[in-house]
Amino acid sequence: MLARLKQLLIKEFIQVFRDKRTRFVLFGPPIIQMLIFGYAATFEIRHVRTVVLDQDHSQESRDLISRASSTPYFDVERQLTDQRQIPEIIDRGDAVVALQINAGFAENLRKGQTAPVQVIVDGTNSNTALIAVGYLGQIAGVFAQDYQHDRMYRIAPQWVERMPQVQLEQRPWYNPDLRSRWFFVPGVIGSLTLVLVTTLTAFAVVREREIGTLEQIMVTPIRPFEFILGKTLPFFLIGLLDVSLIATIGTFWFHVPFRGQIAVLFTGAVLFILCMLGVGLLISTVSSTQQQAMVTAFFFIMPAITFSGFGFPISTMPPWLQYCTYLSPLRYFLVVLRGSYLKGVGMNVLWPQMLAMGALGFALLMMSVLRFHKALD
Amino acid sequence: MRLTRLGAVAMKELTQIRRDVRSLIIVVVMPVILVLLFGYGVSLDLKHLPVYVYDRDGSQQSQDLLKRFRASDYFKIAGMVNNDPELVRAIDAGNAKMGLVIPWDFSQRLRDGRTAQVQALIDASDDNTANVLIGYSQSVVQGYSSDVQLDWLHHRGQAIQPAPLRVEARTWYNEDLESSAFIIPGVLALVMSVIGAFLTSLTIAREWERGSMEQLISTPVTPLEIMLGKLIPYFVIGMFDVSLCAGLALYWFHVPFRGQFSTLLLSSALFMIVVLSLGFLISVIAKNQLAASQIALLATFLPAFLLSGFLYAIEQMPGVLQVITRAIPARYYVSVLKKIFLKGTPTSLLYADLVPLTIFALILAAIATRAFHKRLA
Repeated sequence: MLARLKQLLIKEFIQVFRDKRTRFVLFGPPIIQMLIFGYAATFEIRHVRTVVLDQDHSQESRDLISRASSTPYFDVERQLTDQRQIPEIIDRGDAVVALQINAGFAENLRKGQTAPVQVIVDGTNSNTALIAVGYLGQIAGVFAQDYQHDRMYRIAPQWVERMPQVQLEQRPWYNPDLRSRWFFVPGVIGSLTLVLVTTLTAFAVVREREIGTLEQIMVTPIRPFEFILGKTLPFFLIGLLDVSLIATIGTFWFHVPFRGQIAVLFTGAVLFILCMLGVGLLISTVSSTQQQAMVTAFFFIMPAITFSGFGFPISTMPPWLQYCTYLSPLRYFLVVLRGSYLKGVGMNVLWPQMLAMGALGFALLMMSVLRFHKALD
Repeated sequence: MRLTRLGAVAMKELTQIRRDVRSLIIVVVMPVILVLLFGYGVSLDLKHLPVYVYDRDGSQQSQDLLKRFRASDYFKIAGMVNNDPELVRAIDAGNAKMGLVIPWDFSQRLRDGRTAQVQALIDASDDNTANVLIGYSQSVVQGYSSDVQLDWLHHRGQAIQPAPLRVEARTWYNEDLESSAFIIPGVLALVMSVIGAFLTSLTIAREWERGSMEQLISTPVTPLEIMLGKLIPYFVIGMFDVSLCAGLALYWFHVPFRGQFSTLLLSSALFMIVVLSLGFLISVIAKNQLAASQIALLATFLPAFLLSGFLYAIEQMPGVLQVITRAIPARYYVSVLKKIFLKGTPTSLLYADLVPLTIFALILAAIATRAFHKRLA
């Protein structure tokens, strides 16, 4: 059996590496995608174009505006003089945020009445809009607190020194500078592996069927099980190689720290790739042409990535969707990836994920082997 | 060019699509699935984030503070723990996004008029979530602290006005900051990329692979007729899918549509020409289906997903990447889509997007035609 398997493996490797284009397909797209993703995927906001309309012209309003403009988040590009300018500027997309302080702002503050600050944001990019509004809320909060403190000091300086106070000491763990890249890069490793291994496996088998060489192989003494092993083993190895390659880019090019154990990451990768081999084989059993295989793979890939927590936290999805996410192997691999990269946790934390991937992988492979036998008959 | 021959090629292509039931299903179902996926699965609005609390004080005051966290939409107290290791474990395992530690002398310090520090340990591996947590926990604690101070001064006969400052945010074009309203228009670009480039490049690459293209060429049909005949059915399908997606967006997700429908059709037709030309070009360059599918992924789907402003704001990307996005046709299409869906920008103000889109369509169609001729020669 081993001899036959060896022959099959040799054939498979020759086939994969013979063609220049196929060689490129194995390593080119993952690297290019990793680079683009690493740079493009960010939810951080910096230098948001902002215009200001200050109709109060007070010390207080100027103070608030300068607090906003001194952050890296907002670039005040223009001071407006008329409220009617705002719609035009936002419509044209010349600014994303307009900060408007009406006359009477300082007066209201002094009297202890609610002093409103108007913020107008362009909601066509709701992410930027949400974060910008959040930051402005924070800036206004600090401003109000400082203002109140000043007043207390003026009125009752003897008390202020002995006044109670609650402070929040924040410690952002794992990613202290809150870099989006640190969040996305480990995720990209997972999703690229998913795309690569699934499509390659599905294509490899379907191609043989489409060309008719599958029948030729089946008349040889090679057993179906050996055939499956011979088909999947190369992609298993290529998958592992690609994981190592893009993980290296993540660490040395994008400088995402790796704090965990390489052995844990690889255990996760092995289990995950097994799942993907199972999916690829399953797709190949239900497709007779490469085009069908590709499109079916696409149907699997899109939901699997969307529901994995790759870009959006699972906890924000509707509850019924949250249950669906348990079926995506990528969901578990992402926890392992982020756990290994950023959190530096080991098996004692990640074993549920490993177990889930192991179970899913086993089920998928069993299903595909059974179906494959049937498809041959 | 003869219309009868053109018609014959188009009919042949249509028959081929119709005969392949799965392709047909895909063409109708895939847009629906993509719209549903992104409509439900993608939410930028982070609420009810799980928080674990370690209340070492257990006093009335610490309960008051926690009550304020409970009252906020952004937090959900998911667990109370009694020691540090448990808290760390909850964060490591991802069960808690934030751990709040209230010191044992919290109420004592407040009574003595000293500063009490509350600790927030935040899982910052997801920077976006961390940002929300940092901002809103800060504002909760600030609000509490300021009330404690006013109360304290009041007891000592010093009535001081609070400084209530309110940020009134108005979000234009997408008033409720619905993620679906911002995401779904862009999904149209994804669907078209898949239909246009993926399906076409695979179909035509198959003809090359099988040699049926040579048969077709040996007939009196001219190359231009072949090309148009093959692409027209996909063009029709693409336009059908655009209408389908737009219908879903409007009637299922209630995304506003404020522009002109004719503009939607015009820009979609232009973009369809772009992706079809790309798909055709790819099939001419790549000799097999595997390479064609991977190149199509890299050249159309990925840019439409990452570099078009569909999900990630272009202005937040590094400068070099921003320049590159100018060469991505999907960028202009997504921009038009957002403007006609959400902003209702009149067609006359869309030249900045429509003109580049037209130029891309013309150039790519010309390149594809040339490459096809050359390949035949």
